[in-house]
Amino acid sequence: MPEISLPTTMLTDVNAAPAARGVPLITIENLALYYGATKALKNISLTLRERVVTAFIGPSGCGKSTLLRCLNRMNDLIDNVRIEGSVKIGGHDIYGADVDVIELRKRVGMVFQKSNPFPKSIFENVAYGLRLHGMRDKSSLESSVEESLRGAALWDEVKDRLHASALGLSGGQQQRLCIARAIAIKPEIILMDEPASALDPIATARVEELILELKENFTIVIVTHNMQQAARISDQTAFFYLGELVEYDATTKIFTNPARKQTEDYVTGRFG
Amino acid sequence: MQPATKNFRAKEFRYSSFFFTGITGFATYLIVALLGVVLVNIVVHGWPGLSWRFVSTIPKKDVFDPATTGILPMIVGTTIRVVLMTIFVLPVGVITAVYLTEYAHNTALTTRIIRIAVNNLAGVPSVVFGLFGLGFFINFVGHNLDLLFNNGEKAWGHPSLIWASLTLAVMTMPVVIVATEEALKAVPPGLREASLALGATKLKTIFKIVLPQALPGILTGGILAVSRAAGEVAPILFTGVAYYMSDLPTHLTDQFMDLGYHVFVLSTQSPNIDQTQPILYATVLVLLILTFALNLAAIFVRSKMRRNLRSLH
Repeated sequence: MPEISLPTTMLTDVNAAPAARGVPLITIENLALYYGATKALKNISLTLRERVVTAFIGPSGCGKSTLLRCLNRMNDLIDNVRIEGSVKIGGHDIYGADVDVIELRKRVGMVFQKSNPFPKSIFENVAYGLRLHGMRDKSSLESSVEESLRGAALWDEVKDRLHASALGLSGGQQQRLCIARAIAIKPEIILMDEPASALDPIATARVEELILELKENFTIVIVTHNMQQAARISDQTAFFYLGELVEYDATTKIFTNPARKQTEDYVTGRFG
Repeated sequence: MQPATKNFRAKEFRYSSFFFTGITGFATYLIVALLGVVLVNIVVHGWPGLSWRFVSTIPKKDVFDPATTGILPMIVGTTIRVVLMTIFVLPVGVITAVYLTEYAHNTALTTRIIRIAVNNLAGVPSVVFGLFGLGFFINFVGHNLDLLFNNGEKAWGHPSLIWASLTLAVMTMPVVIVATEEALKAVPPGLREASLALGATKLKTIFKIVLPQALPGILTGGILAVSRAAGEVAPILFTGVAYYMSDLPTHLTDQFMDLGYHVFVLSTQSPNIDQTQPILYATVLVLLILTFALNLAAIFVRSKMRRNLRSLH
């Protein structure tokens, strides 16, 4: 396997060419992440744009999920993680000493690979985040829950059993419930870590449709193993390999005319 | 590859397998049979001595006379000390387990020392806990309370319900800690992540998500602690039990009579063993029933909770 080393100038060039709408929202600069002595992310620099779907692709272990978790500081939960470089959202360094991680996670929501609804009712799942951030009033809770469930295209399926256990929903419904839970607290950015990898094709299609609707209001960063999925739903695609950013460009360009051989080999299925 | 036409080898009798099945089965049935013998023996001999008068009477002086004695104070004493112990041990044990699983770094030296301490605490003989209770709770804590608040007059510094219950709580602490730890570890990490990713603090996550999920497991720890403590005599020997009291305990600092200890009294101190034997058996039967009842109550609460967790909320 050939070593890849990219001059940072080239990456900046790629970033400088916005291929989709939206203003820069997240700026990652020279980000490196270590698990103990292992360097899992190597000098990543990239700019993500507002209300655009950005897909992170790459083979397992390439660091795409790790990078995603840097954006809402979920890596803080793991011992021995050290981070260099900076991640700025709207110009503010989220690793700065003055940043409240609670506030950060309110603004940067997350949907996980394995749907993880709380063992509570459907209503309580969505209301959980709302209550956390101070909503007490019953009628505003009810209207926010409805709005979120509608936003996640789940309302019609669950409106008659809001107070039944969320664990009784199908896998695809559970994942859309998790999306409803995430959008309920009105984040600016939603991080999705392989949100459809455990779903059947029909449920996957529903989640993908939903993502396309959500990008009207949210900035979405999605990690996916599924190349077709990245091609279908994302505007921008970043390809990672062995902890490095290989190429970042408009999705159509990545999939039809990538600048680098490595990217071409991966998206055409020759390796990975 | 073997040719497909080759025959299977004929099945043969395996002596080792037969022998091992026999041995393990025999051991299992032996245990069940022993338990059966003990239970049948107690029920058969204890049942005739059991009456409403017997369980509802406070004995006047002679606890060895089957016609007049009763065991109400012993039932009350044992129940109160077990309930008090549960009140003391559950919060402390659960908080310790929460610290160990949710906050402490698993590899840190202090965490390892705490775990070793907890495991060793579980292996200490119960009579040592009794002596510890006498030395620490009565002679140190109680004595100093008296010096501070009672001008040295003995109000706290003597064996009593509260010290016996606290001693039992220390003894059953490892059971609760280990059971709670297991219950907390069984809560899927994804639920914690989901809560934190919504902007919950760690404390909120523990109280709103983790502990409610772990509650049935925590109660299992409580049940185990109750089972262990209800029949224990050694830890309360120096810390609170009385040979005879003419009244029920009314205050935390009162001494109390106890079923387990009363069994010991009846079987060793009686002037006429043949005369005492029926009430001895009946007392043992009541002790067994009481332990089962306390267990059943806790198991009932737990299964109700499990059902609630599964269906709603």
